[in-house]
Amino acid sequence: MTDANTGARSPENPLKTKGKVSLGQEEKQSFAPFMITFVLMFATWLILSGNFAPLLISLGLISSLIVAWFFHDLLFPSLTGKHLGIFIKFSAYIPWLIIEIIKANFHLLYLVFHPRMKELIDPHIIDFKTNLESDLAVTTLANSITLTPGTITVTTGSDGSYRVHAIDKPSAEALPGTMLDKVADIYGENK
Amino acid sequence: MNIIDIIVAFLLVSGFIFFLGGAIGIIRMPDFYSRLHPAGKLDTLGIGAMVAGLAVYNLHHFSLTALLVSGKMLLIVFFVFMSSPTATHSIVDAGMRAGLRPWTRKEGANMEQSEPRKEEN
Repeated sequence: MTDANTGARSPENPLKTKGKVSLGQEEKQSFAPFMITFVLMFATWLILSGNFAPLLISLGLISSLIVAWFFHDLLFPSLTGKHLGIFIKFSAYIPWLIIEIIKANFHLLYLVFHPRMKELIDPHIIDFKTNLESDLAVTTLANSITLTPGTITVTTGSDGSYRVHAIDKPSAEALPGTMLDKVADIYGENK
Repeated sequence: MNIIDIIVAFLLVSGFIFFLGGAIGIIRMPDFYSRLHPAGKLDTLGIGAMVAGLAVYNLHHFSLTALLVSGKMLLIVFFVFMSSPTATHSIVDAGMRAGLRPWTRKEGANMEQSEPRKEEN
């Protein structure tokens, strides 16, 4: 994940210089993002390389340090104590999401193998509005909807509006529901 | 040892069933958008189950190298889980932008003319 993000955004030079400047002023604030980025990069290096010769380890250390130095503010633009809570709640959300994905996959399997599939499915598009505010929350819900079979997010706006393509009635009815509550709970946006 | 074999077989077979369902679903579904449902998601869970099965099988002879290889396999699953919904979403978005109207129950009669192979019902 880290490699892909830095690779995709590296052309944006302003971000890079901004990181350098802010290092002097807010050294305390940018230290935690720096360390987390460094640990992530180095862990990725270790897993992908799988070679524990001293030379390769030190090469990995140096390159992780350089990358973390330049790009620590790309992965975690602002890191406060709140983000730790988000991380913990998000980790608790993942297993629930996986169970939900598996349940919905069986429903889709049933549809696909049903002899009279065309009478069961009823594809239609539904719109609904949520009160999610942060981009991260909106994106999480959009990707969760797409991952859950039977529903695909078509468009989503930063104001929390969604347009979803649903394959049949039950998938559509289940929609904002619990998943929205859970996502809102992760990012502390319960209203 | 035997329990590991059973887990591996279970994961591989269920992954196979998901992939099979995805492939059949792509052929059977009536239109572009509904085809993406099995294509994008049954495959995601299929690859998850299959690669998890292979990762467990790989740990038969436990060693650091085997653990690292299994870690790489789980990374593949992670990346697929991240990128598959995004790709599905952008394909749907492209269809919407191009103005392709979704198949619905009522308009099914019109659509069938453009897809003559779907005469069974």
